[in-house]
Amino acid sequence: MIGYLGVDVGSVSTNIVLINEDNQVLENLYLRTQGQPIRTVQQGLKKLAQHLPISTVIKGVGTTGSARHLSAVMVGADVVKNEITAHAVAASQQVPGVQTVLEIGGQDSKIIILRNGVVADFAMNTVCAAGTGSFLDQQASRLNTPIEEFGTLALKSTTPVRIAGRCAVFAESDMIHKQQMGFELPDIVAGLCEALVRNYLNNVGKGKEILGPVVFQGGVAANVGMRKAFEKELGLEVIIPQNYDVMGAMGAALLAKEAVAKGQPTKFKGFGIADVNFAVGSFECDGCPNMCEVVEINEEAITIARWGDRCGKWANALVREQSKIS
Amino acid sequence: MKVTFPHMGYLYVCVKGLLEYLDIEVILPPPTSKRTLTLGTKYGPEFACMPLKLNLGNMIEASELGADTLIMIGGCGPCRFGYYAQVEYAILKDLGYHYNMVVLEPPDKHISELTTRIRKITGNKSWVQVIKAIRFAYQKSRAVDEVELMSFKIRPRELVLGETDRALAKAIKEIDNAASPQQLQLALLRSKDIMNSVAIDPNRPVIKIALIGEIYTLLDPFSNLNIERHLGRLGVEVDRSIYLSEWINDHLFMGLLKGIRSTKEYCQSAAPFLNHFVGGHGLETIGSVSVYAKRGYHGAIQLFPFTCMPEIVAQSILPKVGDALAMPVMTLIVDEHSGEAGMITRLEAFVDLLTRKREFKAN
Repeated sequence: MIGYLGVDVGSVSTNIVLINEDNQVLENLYLRTQGQPIRTVQQGLKKLAQHLPISTVIKGVGTTGSARHLSAVMVGADVVKNEITAHAVAASQQVPGVQTVLEIGGQDSKIIILRNGVVADFAMNTVCAAGTGSFLDQQASRLNTPIEEFGTLALKSTTPVRIAGRCAVFAESDMIHKQQMGFELPDIVAGLCEALVRNYLNNVGKGKEILGPVVFQGGVAANVGMRKAFEKELGLEVIIPQNYDVMGAMGAALLAKEAVAKGQPTKFKGFGIADVNFAVGSFECDGCPNMCEVVEINEEAITIARWGDRCGKWANALVREQSKIS
Repeated sequence: MKVTFPHMGYLYVCVKGLLEYLDIEVILPPPTSKRTLTLGTKYGPEFACMPLKLNLGNMIEASELGADTLIMIGGCGPCRFGYYAQVEYAILKDLGYHYNMVVLEPPDKHISELTTRIRKITGNKSWVQVIKAIRFAYQKSRAVDEVELMSFKIRPRELVLGETDRALAKAIKEIDNAASPQQLQLALLRSKDIMNSVAIDPNRPVIKIALIGEIYTLLDPFSNLNIERHLGRLGVEVDRSIYLSEWINDHLFMGLLKGIRSTKEYCQSAAPFLNHFVGGHGLETIGSVSVYAKRGYHGAIQLFPFTCMPEIVAQSILPKVGDALAMPVMTLIVDEHSGEAGMITRLEAFVDLLTRKREFKAN
């Protein structure tokens, strides 16, 4: 069996996807990052290796997500791409002709505008509209409702309550006040979804022309309440693709396939890296008053990457192969 | 008298040159660092923009080194910067830093208001000498800008990562050390040699991006997390809509020197979208997009500090401008952020978009 791996390490989840030559998803892993990207990637690869026949050949690997550079040096990636490109590639493969991609993850939210199959414009949260996924997670646990049922709860509402959606802190205190006034939970949850959608469209989607087909992906797409709120606000049908929660990883795998198609052999280090000892060290550089925290990634006592320094003194001291792939 | 002034990128080369030419002792604040920001955010008003906080930090750090006189620019108009000098002075006074403050701003009633303020620093130096010093400072700012412009072209094409940054630091030092116009001429030649010694691949395809927006965040690499360097390493040739020497010529010399770039062009080009002064560089930001589109740039990035009113006005108009000119524009808002990863993601995505768009057009 021949396959391509895509690894997406984000703030909340780590996804690993294996696709075949026909771009079909063969394996799909969704893990919680829990603040430990290195261990999570290793565990994910180990789990994946157990599922796969021994004859499996990995022809290419791509990484994406906020920890893409870290995971790239770990696994030996052929391509390191940011989330925008990865998501756009995956979305146009899943829903041909897609013109708008709404993406809300744990920390970042983005809007991608595609025209004729090419990314024509995009925006990402800068000062607000951040952490929508994490915020929903937190509210669900505060209301003692499993996150999976949070969206369905919103669907029961007939008269959503208005919630101040400017930022998460405003929204939360307004929500609590409304609860204390006695509003029903479904109405409050539905109001919250509408507030988050308003905030997203005002801060991220600002001024962008949203045309159908519209695809909604990322972890938050699981929330049917959010989907309904988007449809209501946009007046358009919102499509949630089959692999909505692993689209980043899928895009990375597709891009890896594209990259190695030019004939170069893969740099993948093999599933054995699940048992390799990756140690991360850090030190404070005292070269100037910036006092940068420099992070060092060691593979079996050999430093394979360094970053975190503003001036580049430490990062540049290593031969940076990976900078050329990105 | 030990004079100091806040940092803004390489502004120090020019102002230090001016003051030292007049034999005035200068105490330079230490390079803006995390400590500067920590001090500024601790003592500055929370809702002020980052330039105020960094200014404040610079002033405190300079005072610790013994500075007693402070030069600050003032101003008027919708941008809050005009009253920053007074706010900063009051905060410093409360904290027990006693400065003589000289605010250089347009006079209210009579030109003598400005000249008496200048006299506070220059003492009994003749006006001829003062003018000579100003000219020298201007030449320094020109030299710095020339070297920086070279770095913008060289960085995306460098063969060894980081070589351009090392050369640039050396070149700026050469210019900074020149003490007279004659020395400056030689220093400029030497610094150009230094820049030209960086090994490059002249045939590498590059994307061209214009950096537009608010002056402080454009000129100060600390506040914009070294955006020029990051873009250069992604294979992008950048240009800035504001250079120090242009700003001096436009605002201090009233456009006296002809034949060099001027922001007037930007203001005129803003016409169909914005016809009114909105403070700061809001008008220039709008106009610069069409100027750069005409020059064949692939995209533009607007930079400004969080809560900057003129740029928020510009930001809300930019989508229309970008659409009309088929030029992608991205906005980056900077504040206390010090994690570069988030910015790099946005830059990478933007560069990717432009590259793919170009490939798509070529096919």
